[in-house]
Amino acid sequence: MSIDTRSDTGIRPGTIGDSTLRPDGVAKVQGTYEFSSDLSADGCLFGATLRSPHPSARIRSIDLSAAWKISGVEAIITADDVPGKKTYGLISSDQPVFASDVVRYVGEPVAAVAAIDPETARRALAAIAVDYDILTPLLDPEAAIDGDHAPIHPDGNLIRHQRILHGDPDATGDVVVEGTYEIGMQDQAFLGLEAAIAFPDPGADGIELHVATQWLHEDQKQMAACLGFPEEKVRLVLGGVGGAFGAREDISLQVHTSLLALRLGTPVRMAYSRAESFLGHVHRHPATIWMRHHATSAGELVNVEARFVFDGGAYASTSSAVLVNGITMAQGPYRCENGRVDGYAVRTNHLPCGAMRGFGAVQACFAYETQMDKLALACGLDPEEIRLLNAMKTGDTLFTGQPVLNVAPVEECIRETAALPLPDEPVGGVALADGSPDAMKLPGGAGRTADASDIVRGIGWGVSIKNLMYSENFDDYSTARCQLADGVATIKFATAEVGQGFITIAAQIARTILGVDDVVLDQIDTGIGSAGSTSASRQTWMSGGAVDAACRAARERLFEAVGAQHGIEPIRLMIEGTDVIDTAGDLRVPVVEASAGLEIDETFEYHHPKTDDLDENGQGNCHTAFAFVAHRAVVDVDPELGLVKVVQIATAQDVGNALNPLSVTGQIEGGIAQGLGLAVMEEIIQVDGVIKNGNFTDYLLPTFLDMPPVLATLIEQPDPHAPLGAKGVGEPPCISSTPAVVAAIRDALRQAGVDAPLDRVPVRPSDICI
Amino acid sequence: MTNQFFTLTVNGTDHEVADSWLGESLLDVLRDRIGLMGSKGACTQGECGSCSVLVDGRLVCSCLVMGATAVGQEITTIEGVAPVGAPSDVQQAFVDAGAVQCGFCTPGLVMAVHDLLERSGSPTDTEIREELAGNVCRCTGYGRIIDAVRQVSVNRSSPDEGTS
Repeated sequence: MSIDTRSDTGIRPGTIGDSTLRPDGVAKVQGTYEFSSDLSADGCLFGATLRSPHPSARIRSIDLSAAWKISGVEAIITADDVPGKKTYGLISSDQPVFASDVVRYVGEPVAAVAAIDPETARRALAAIAVDYDILTPLLDPEAAIDGDHAPIHPDGNLIRHQRILHGDPDATGDVVVEGTYEIGMQDQAFLGLEAAIAFPDPGADGIELHVATQWLHEDQKQMAACLGFPEEKVRLVLGGVGGAFGAREDISLQVHTSLLALRLGTPVRMAYSRAESFLGHVHRHPATIWMRHHATSAGELVNVEARFVFDGGAYASTSSAVLVNGITMAQGPYRCENGRVDGYAVRTNHLPCGAMRGFGAVQACFAYETQMDKLALACGLDPEEIRLLNAMKTGDTLFTGQPVLNVAPVEECIRETAALPLPDEPVGGVALADGSPDAMKLPGGAGRTADASDIVRGIGWGVSIKNLMYSENFDDYSTARCQLADGVATIKFATAEVGQGFITIAAQIARTILGVDDVVLDQIDTGIGSAGSTSASRQTWMSGGAVDAACRAARERLFEAVGAQHGIEPIRLMIEGTDVIDTAGDLRVPVVEASAGLEIDETFEYHHPKTDDLDENGQGNCHTAFAFVAHRAVVDVDPELGLVKVVQIATAQDVGNALNPLSVTGQIEGGIAQGLGLAVMEEIIQVDGVIKNGNFTDYLLPTFLDMPPVLATLIEQPDPHAPLGAKGVGEPPCISSTPAVVAAIRDALRQAGVDAPLDRVPVRPSDICI
Repeated sequence: MTNQFFTLTVNGTDHEVADSWLGESLLDVLRDRIGLMGSKGACTQGECGSCSVLVDGRLVCSCLVMGATAVGQEITTIEGVAPVGAPSDVQQAFVDAGAVQCGFCTPGLVMAVHDLLERSGSPTDTEIREELAGNVCRCTGYGRIIDAVRQVSVNRSSPDEGTS
C-alpha cells in the first residue's frame, strides 16, 4: 500500500521543522487503516503454534495422530519439516524453528498446524501429544556464570562476558557509595498483536509475507535460510504495525506461517493472542547490577566500579549487544576518568530477552542514577547539583576511551528541566467544592483508599545518555529511492513505520529538499535495499539521511536539466519554496514546471561512520553517536499503603533538530509512560520458569489515570554529525524517567521518616511499607 | 458446535450472521463474520478498550459481549461514526492534536471519546482521565489524546469558532 501525502486543502504541506500531521492519521482514526491482523485472503487457512509448557524438558516423542483425525486440519509441521536451516536468531542463530530434542523455555514452539478456522487449529494443538522428560531448569543467572549448571544449549550458558578497564581502575575517592540494583523483566506490550499472512508462489518456490515487523530485510535473511530459498525468493511487505518497542526485531511467526503456506500451496494467516504474544516475543532483560562510586568530598566522580548480569533467557537474541550498551553506559552522562566494569549476559530457562526501547541503557541508568543520589546525600549536595557538577560535555571520554564528539548538552538538559514549573496543585490533588481533596488524584485513585493527611510529596531526578544507531563495527545502513517527475516526488524505502512517524518526516524531507508539494510514499517492502531496523533511535538519522541524500541527488539531476535548458551552470541553482531559482540571475521556475517530462530516479545508501569492536579491556570507539536527556518527577506517596501517584514529569531532551516537534513530543510523552510503567507497575512474573501474568489483567500498563502531565522542553542544538542535525528521540524518554520516579518516591519517604532502599524496579507497595 | 443464525443491526444496517459459533464474541462476529475490521482486539479481556463499540448507546468492550446477545440492539462501530474521508470532529481532533501514533488503540478511543462528550460536554481533566482509563494506549502517553478531547470540547461549546 502506497500513501499519497498530497493534501486538497490548498495549504502547502509541511516541510522540515513543521508539525506536519501523519499521512496515515485519517485512516487510523476512521478504522480503515489495515493492520497486519486485519489482512486476509480468499481461501486462506489459519495457523497456530504448539508451545512447550515446561521451562526445561527433553522431548521423548511427538504423536500427531489424534490431531490429524480432526476434520479441517490441513497441515501439521514439526522440526522434521524445516527444509533449510533448523535455527534462527538475530546475532547468533541459536533458536530452533521448532524444538526437536529439548525445550528451553515455557512457550518454545514445538509444532504448528494450519486449519480451516482458528478454533479447529486450536483443537488440533490440544490433540498433539508430546511426551516430555522434565529436566531441572537453570533459573539462577549466577549459576550460568560460575559453571555450576550443565550447559542448557550447545553454545553454553554464558552468552557474552565483557569487561571494561579505564584509567586507574583501582582509584579511590574520599566518598564511596555502593549498592546492588535489580531491574524486572518488562514487556513491550504493543497493542497490535503479532500477525502475518503468507502467500506462496505458484509451485511453492517462493513466498510473499505481509507482516508487522521492525526490520524487513533481517526477517528476509533469516526466513530464506530456514525455508531453504535464496533471499530473492522471499519477499516481505510491511503489514500495518500496531507498535513495536523492540519486540518485533526478532523472528516470531514469520517462518512458521511461511512453512505452512508453502506446505499447502495456499495463503495462511497466523495471529497471536495476548497470552501467546507474551511467550512469542523477546522482553527487556531483567538485570542485577552492583555499583560502587568513588568521589571527592566535593562530589566529583573519581571512579565507578560495576558488575552487570543480564538474564538473556533461553536464546541469545540481541543479549550481547544489550550487554555492551549497558556496561558502556555505566558512568552515565558524567565525566569520570577511571572505571572498572564487568558484564555478563547469560542463558537461563527463562523467557528469551532481547530488544526493548532503551536496550541495556535502561538497566544501567536505574543503577547509576540511584548511585548519584546516594553520592549527593553523602556529599551534602542536591541531586541537581551533583549532576551539574559532573555533567558530560562534548569532547569528554567514555570508559571505552571513546570521545563524545556529538553535541552533549547535559548541563542544558538539567537546567532547562529545573526551569520548568513544579505542579501548583497541593499534595493530594485539587480540593473539591466542599474543600475535601479530590480522591481521584490521591495515590490509589479510584480505589479511594488513601487518606489525604497521610500523603507526602517527593521530587526526584534522572539524567541519561543513550547511544544512537548500532555499535561494534555493525554497518546498519539505510537505503532510499527518490523518483521525480512532473512535480511529484515518489519516495521508496524499507523503513518500518511502527507508529513513530517516519513516513511523516520522510515526506517533509522530500518537500524541503526538492521544493515539491506532492510526495507519494511507495509501499514499504523488500523491493529496495535494507533500511536497517526501526530501533536504536536510528531511523530519523539513518533513513532520514538516506531520504535526504536520495532527494539531493534527484535535485542535482533537476538542476542539470534546468541549467542545460537555460544555459546556466547548475551550481548557481537552488530551491526556494517550490521554485528553482538562479542565485546569480533572475530565473525562477516552479519545480512542477522544471520537472515536467523528466524521469529522475536516484537511489542512495546512507552509512554512518565505521565503529570499532571493543578489545578485551573494553576499549574502542564502539558507538556511533549519543543523545542525552534529563527528567524530574514529582510523586505523591501514601507510606502506609505503599501507594504512589506520579503527579508530574518534567523533561528537557537533546533532540538535535526537531524535524517535527509534534512527533517529537509524542515520542517523549509515550516513552515517559513506559519509563513510569517500569518504575511502579510493569513486570513479567515468572515462578520456576513459568509466566504468571501473561495478560493485560495481571500485567499492569499505565492508563490515563497513571500518567501525569508531562512538561517538555526540546533542546535544539543541531548535531553536525547528523544528516539533518536531528538526533533520534525514541529511546531517551524511557531511560531516566524510571530512576526519576523512584528517586521521587524515596524523597517522599524520607520526609515521612521511612528509609526504604527502593533498589529494585518496579517498586511494589511492599517495597514502600515494609 | 452449533452454528448460530441471527441478525445484527450495525451502523443502521441489518447483517445476517449465519456461521457464528455459540458464545462467539461480538468483536469476532463484527470482524470475522460481518467483515468490519475497524474494531481491534488487543487483550480480549476487557482491559484495553481497543474493541470499544456502542450497543444501544452504551459503550462496551465488544470482546466481552456475546454477539448473539446483541440481537435487536443498535450497534455502532468505528465505521458508523462518520463516512470514510469525512472524519468526525473527534476523529479530526485526534489527527490534528498528534493523538495517533501506531493507531491500534485509536478506533476504540474515538468511540470512548464520542461517548464521553455526548454525556459530558466539558469534562475536567480528571473526568477525561477517569472516563478514558479503560482505554490503553502504549504509544502516546495520553497527553496528545487529552489535548484532542479538550479541542473538541472547546469547539463544541463555541460552535461559531469551531473548526469542524
